Amino acid sequence: MEILGLLFDGVLIALQPLNLVLILVGVTLGLFIGAMPGLGSVNGVAILLPITFLVPPTGAIIFLAAIYYGAMYGGAISSITLGIPGASTAVATTFDGRPLAMQGRASLALVTAAVASFVGGTVANIIFTGFAPLLAGVALSFGPPEIFALMLLAFATFVGLGTDDIPKTIFSICFGLVLGAIGFDQISGAPRLVLFDINGFLQGIGFLVLAIGVYGIGEMLWTIEQTRGEVENTTPKMTAKGMVADTAEATRKGWKGMGIGSLLGFFVGILPAAGATPAALMAYGVAKMTSRRPQNFGRGEVDGIAAPEAANNSASTGSMLPMLTLGIPGSPTTAILLGGMVIWGLTPGPRLFIEETEFVWGLIGSFYVSNVAALLINLAFIPVFIWMLRMPFTILAPVIFVLSVIGGYAATRDMFDIWMILVFGLGAFVLRRLDYPLAPAVLAIVLGPIAEPTLRQSLLLSQGDPTIFFTRPIAGPITVVAIILILLPALKLLRPRKPGRDGAA
Amino acid sequence: MRNGEIGAAGVLALFSLYLMWKSTELPIGFVEGRGPGGGAWPFWLSAIMLLCCGMIALNWWRRTSPPSQSDEPFLDGHGWRMVALVGGSLIGFIALIDVVSMYGAIAVFLVVYLRFLGRHSWALTLVLALAMPIGFFFFFEGAMRITMPSGMSFTDPVFDILYDIIY
Amino acid sequence: MSITKRTFLTLTCAATLAVTPVVSFAQGWEPRRPIDFVIMAGPGGGADQIARFIQSVAERYDLTSRPLVPNNQGGGSGAEALLSVSGTSDPDHTILVTLNSFFTTPLRQANLGIDVQTFTPIAMMGVDPFVLWVHVDSGITSFDQWLETVRGMNGEYVMGGTGTGQEDSIVIAFLSGAYDLDITYIPYDGGGAVARDLAGQQIMATVNNPAEAKGFYEAGDFVPLLAFSDERLPAFPDIPTVRELGHDFSYANQRAVVGAPGMSEEAAEYYRAVFTQVYESEEWQGYLESESLSPLWMNADEQRAYWTTQVEAHRELLAALGQ
Repeated sequence: MEILGLLFDGVLIALQPLNLVLILVGVTLGLFIGAMPGLGSVNGVAILLPITFLVPPTGAIIFLAAIYYGAMYGGAISSITLGIPGASTAVATTFDGRPLAMQGRASLALVTAAVASFVGGTVANIIFTGFAPLLAGVALSFGPPEIFALMLLAFATFVGLGTDDIPKTIFSICFGLVLGAIGFDQISGAPRLVLFDINGFLQGIGFLVLAIGVYGIGEMLWTIEQTRGEVENTTPKMTAKGMVADTAEATRKGWKGMGIGSLLGFFVGILPAAGATPAALMAYGVAKMTSRRPQNFGRGEVDGIAAPEAANNSASTGSMLPMLTLGIPGSPTTAILLGGMVIWGLTPGPRLFIEETEFVWGLIGSFYVSNVAALLINLAFIPVFIWMLRMPFTILAPVIFVLSVIGGYAATRDMFDIWMILVFGLGAFVLRRLDYPLAPAVLAIVLGPIAEPTLRQSLLLSQGDPTIFFTRPIAGPITVVAIILILLPALKLLRPRKPGRDGAA
Repeated sequence: MRNGEIGAAGVLALFSLYLMWKSTELPIGFVEGRGPGGGAWPFWLSAIMLLCCGMIALNWWRRTSPPSQSDEPFLDGHGWRMVALVGGSLIGFIALIDVVSMYGAIAVFLVVYLRFLGRHSWALTLVLALAMPIGFFFFFEGAMRITMPSGMSFTDPVFDILYDIIY
Repeated sequence: MSITKRTFLTLTCAATLAVTPVVSFAQGWEPRRPIDFVIMAGPGGGADQIARFIQSVAERYDLTSRPLVPNNQGGGSGAEALLSVSGTSDPDHTILVTLNSFFTTPLRQANLGIDVQTFTPIAMMGVDPFVLWVHVDSGITSFDQWLETVRGMNGEYVMGGTGTGQEDSIVIAFLSGAYDLDITYIPYDGGGAVARDLAGQQIMATVNNPAEAKGFYEAGDFVPLLAFSDERLPAFPDIPTVRELGHDFSYANQRAVVGAPGMSEEAAEYYRAVFTQVYESEEWQGYLESESLSPLWMNADEQRAYWTTQVEAHRELLAALGQ
């Protein structure tokens, strides 16, 4: 096996003392950057890019890849401990991670996230190693109609996310989609929905602004009001023995979610423009649909943490594939990595695999090593994150507010966004009181700006003919499946409702 | 709660109408041979939002949704006070950023929240209110290279010294 | 990032600069804050890569006493960046990396109230030419053959680009006008996405910068047909320019650094000295060559004159586009 030999050499490169140190430092930095709401791998990679001039190109990309990996693990930490998804990829992790943490099982949630991330990363690495050039071709065959069909499929998984109150759920979805349309119309290039003619809206409403507003401010206000300021402190304990037991429990209960997440995540991740957020969301939806205990999802089900976490790590590895084999970035972070490669004098593109063997396999080797390092470092730091949860709520709440504001500013460096976070926070508090589900809006603001342009690009391609979504060989089946999945629950609704419809809200 | 439900539905319906009106600045119809115009996506989604508001109002009238059955007030006196205090201190926090810099505003907010809302001791309050901004300064400006607002010009001497330390 | 090392490097650098006679900036002014290095495009695109390259070179030689902090503000074809830079409260520490939307966006959106002449010229780092590309599987090898194919498709010939009113759409509009072509134009959100969809044959042709298409060209996937530069490009010596075909047209994307409106003359001189050093560095000269950028060095007055001619030229091009 030629590939195994190359991989072995690659792992040896990654294990050279300098590179190993770079991996350990990078993963640790990435973990904390990712755990900070508002900051993600983009920040870590962008800021540390110039520093990589001090080491050879292989060491440099290994360092950046380690940060990337660390940040992916870190994203789950703020979702679970603070309830604020630090990145759009970690939204689905809050659905079950937060409830589990509130039940005093934060350590189980964090361990599940870490183990699932490791499994997702490893499965993706293995697929990556074996089939990279082959899959690159698959990625290219996804044009705008295929991406739109995929977005439809992601929307189908929304159906399970809302409450029983259908109009409020649909309102939330549409609200998120419309918010995502603010700014500029990509197709005509004209300004759109510049609300009240305030120039700040020209740059659009980012995911983080809405997510930090809803979770960091709105949800916190709701908790403070609901508990009259006297939150029962969960006192999660953390022992080495407990961690082993948690790992066993996470594996036993979450293996299915991890499997679904790993495979789905990788294939969605390699597609240009799709990325890790739809991957995590779809993995959550599929895990729920195929589960024998779907009613437990949203209340601290281990599979509900394992699936999205495995998927977002797997997708992050997957999104390296178009970058390395085609020279096309799959995400903003890989875009910056790509820029780095140009700076180091490498030409990303189809010839990179042939001409820069040591670089490519050194990088792939470092994926394996980074993944192991990230798992161990993450597990080692879990007690620190648990300790945060043991702070009295009157200290934790202002700390979360401060993190929301400073993290929200760090993401775009714009005061307008901070005011919008406050507006969304206060609005979310009111709507939360009235049982409006807000998670669909937070996800829709990510998917909308992918779905709308691809829909319109497709129709431009077909001169306005909507059958393009059904006649193309890849788009067709996906569209049909998505439509069936969306219509199924709607058909159920048309039948007379059973008594007891006011059950869980 | 019942009044809150219909009130919110009304406000959201008005907002949906505003969004629909705003969307019409770009073509909202199907352009022959080119697909939907630039305003179509937000226009029709806002229309669905308006429809949902109508259905929420209908459920309110039929008393089928939980909030429309509830007779308790949207927020009681204690709730209003709590929201006003926390919300007010957040607004103050954000407004202060442009005056006394991000770090100064964090310190002031923490003092107000910990001492007056949380009733913690002065010792704990001051330690946190000093340690957090300083820690954040070194993390964001030193390590992450993200520049935070430095407020009005009277803060300049302080920042000049701080930047001399980290660079 | 040890503090002592950085301080030491800064001191060494300052000492070197002080004794180097070619450095002519006014004594005394030095940035006291991190420099807001605003990029008129989102992360990953051609403009972003160039900005980060420049930042890396400045960092490598420790050219500035405070770091250049890249700040992507790509929203609204650069409208976001132009608004934030012209409204900055600290013009001495705010600089902008520009592309041609520096000219087109204020023209297309007069309501923004941006006048490019209020900005402070700093350095013209080069211009990025445009080339017409097709996929190798189309079998097209010459521009004449391409014209024939497009005419034969009756408006179903699909090209991709970065949006109506953007640089490539101006070039495509020129082609359509000059040769009376009917082309379906699909807007994408960046030059990289355009190149990707050409590689996947979702679209039939593109007008990309050589940097964006280089990887695919070297792998033999892309075929260049026509260059929109004044002279033949050294990297593609066999590809004719549009001038050779008898049209008085050339089009390139400027890669320039400008200062915020209201920047003091001392600060501007400081940055000019810094970017002169970047420009003359081995790295930048190598980058110009490997990515097929053309050098176009200008002093401050020449840059202002260049802006005037570019604004006029773009006003006409956009008018022709019906914008």
